[in-house]
Amino acid sequence: MSDPVVSLAEVAAGYDAADGWRPVLDRVSLQVRHGERLALLGANGSGKTTLLGVMAGTIDPFAGTVALCGRPLAEWSRGELARTVTVLPQSLELPAGFRVAEVVAMGRTPHARRWFGWDADDQRAVTDALRDADAADLADRPVTQLSGGERQRVLVALALAQEPTLLLMDEPTTHMDVAHAAALLGSLARLQRARELTIVAVLHDLVLAGAWAPRVVVLDGGRIAADGPPATALSAEVARRAYGVPMETIVTEAGRHIVVPHLPAGLGDLPGDRS
Amino acid sequence: MSATTAVRPLAVGPSPGRSALVLGGGVVVLTVVAAAAVAAGTSGVGLADVVAIIVHRLTGIGPATWPSSAETIVWELRVPRVVTGMVVGAGLACAGTVFQALLRNPMADPYIIGPAAGASLGAVTALSLPIVAVTWLGIGLVQLFAFVGGLLAVVAVLAIARGRGGTPVVTLLLAGYAVSALLSAGVALLIFSSGDRLGAVIGWLLGSLAGASWTRVAIAGPLIVAAFSLLLLRWRSMNVLLLGEAHAEVLGVDLEREKRLLVGLAALATSAAVAVSGTIGFVGLVVPHLVRLVVGPDHRLLLPAAMLYGAALLVLADLGARLAGGVPVGVVTAILGAPFFLWLLRRSVTSGGIVR
Repeated sequence: MSDPVVSLAEVAAGYDAADGWRPVLDRVSLQVRHGERLALLGANGSGKTTLLGVMAGTIDPFAGTVALCGRPLAEWSRGELARTVTVLPQSLELPAGFRVAEVVAMGRTPHARRWFGWDADDQRAVTDALRDADAADLADRPVTQLSGGERQRVLVALALAQEPTLLLMDEPTTHMDVAHAAALLGSLARLQRARELTIVAVLHDLVLAGAWAPRVVVLDGGRIAADGPPATALSAEVARRAYGVPMETIVTEAGRHIVVPHLPAGLGDLPGDRS
Repeated sequence: MSATTAVRPLAVGPSPGRSALVLGGGVVVLTVVAAAAVAAGTSGVGLADVVAIIVHRLTGIGPATWPSSAETIVWELRVPRVVTGMVVGAGLACAGTVFQALLRNPMADPYIIGPAAGASLGAVTALSLPIVAVTWLGIGLVQLFAFVGGLLAVVAVLAIARGRGGTPVVTLLLAGYAVSALLSAGVALLIFSSGDRLGAVIGWLLGSLAGASWTRVAIAGPLIVAAFSLLLLRWRSMNVLLLGEAHAEVLGVDLEREKRLLVGLAALATSAAVAVSGTIGFVGLVVPHLVRLVVGPDHRLLLPAAMLYGAALLVLADLGARLAGGVPVGVVTAILGAPFFLWLLRRSVTSGGIVR
């Protein structure tokens, strides 16, 4: 409990381009404690997805150290990692011919103890995951006969069946209208409290992020520009520098401060680069 | 959240009844086809004698009341040929199923990343050598070269396709295609210069079970059964790979290790099958699709079912080939398989989905 779930120290990471390593993260240090709900914000290319990949163990940093539950990430096997960390995919092609419960049971893969089939633990985990993701009524449905919202619930159930400590999400609400996005994030917040999950989510919507996450981390050019509760960390000035667009703070009727882009009518004369 | 008891146990995976029906049905079909193939023939051994000979051989029961020529025909020719057909059909169907899952490509067959071309070059090289017939424990140089050639081709493709960040499936396919093309050029060159051995070379390339013997069964059979058993234990990772490689990794699959393992075992089964029968086409492509259509994509059931029905299909095709006067069985599987596959393709196009 005392160890942070994820701990990054001076991490530099990037991707493999034809002419060598392209750095994206520039000496990032970050600790995420057990039970936290954290939103990662920042412009496209600021390093959010790379940071998520480093935490998931799918991107190896070329400098710095990453520890998961107090143990260096390099010491974790792929299977151990999958018992502790999962990624909620933004979308996933669910293979035709399977029913929902069968796909959700695939979440038990890293836990499987039997050669052919699932034991009582797996059965319980799948049942709980379907219930918690509000997908119990879908269990026997072929995966090809699901609406968009139903598919989303199945993906959440798949992630929960893995019984992770750390849940990572890369823009989980893309392509969703505001009601569906709020509903998904709301249910994830409830699950996070009920299951004592730690969640790190890349989000684009500053309003949703501020409402959902007790802690936001703003990335700007591969470095952490701000880190803290949204009320203090997510100022108009930080957001303006991170996104290169003028921002203003609006006080809602309920007294909440929210940061929104200061947009001229017609959106014609926005300053700032959009690299 | 506290654990609760499910109101009803969750049905996950193929039900035992359905699995029993599929696999039991496969055993029955295979038995019937195999019995027909052993009984049928032009040499006029009566059905009663066929049964008596097999029972006598397997259990030692009963006096030998038949001519010894009948026993030779049944026990040294027909039965090993049928068993070879089973082993080869099972091996090809198993390998095809694995490649279709791993490469996520409905056109994948056991030969897709090189074993057929490698085995062909090996076999044709052996046939072109100025040595007449070297046999070691009943295994000819042709079989040995074919087996080693098939494995070497796949090892080369795996090595070529492997990059810093792993082995992308597309690279694997393209490398397999290019290596196959190169090896096929070698085969063509040897055909061109084969002279009076042309018949033997072409015969091998078309695929045939005519050279079947107990020794070959004893070599190819255990290899294929071992490859199948190990592959069946990987059913979870093959299922999870259907979600895409990225999510398979999230679910704990070590992608590089798993790819090498699956490709290696499937190539082992393919090379063993090709070594004793030549390159028989369509069994490894059509059978997995057909069986998947009926039993679904769960490899726990798909893999054993594909093996049983692949075995039955090849024994049936070889029976047809024998009755048609010794046509190479590869021709029969193509004549049966291609139209069937086209029908399947049309069906899947009109129903709006792809085959897999």
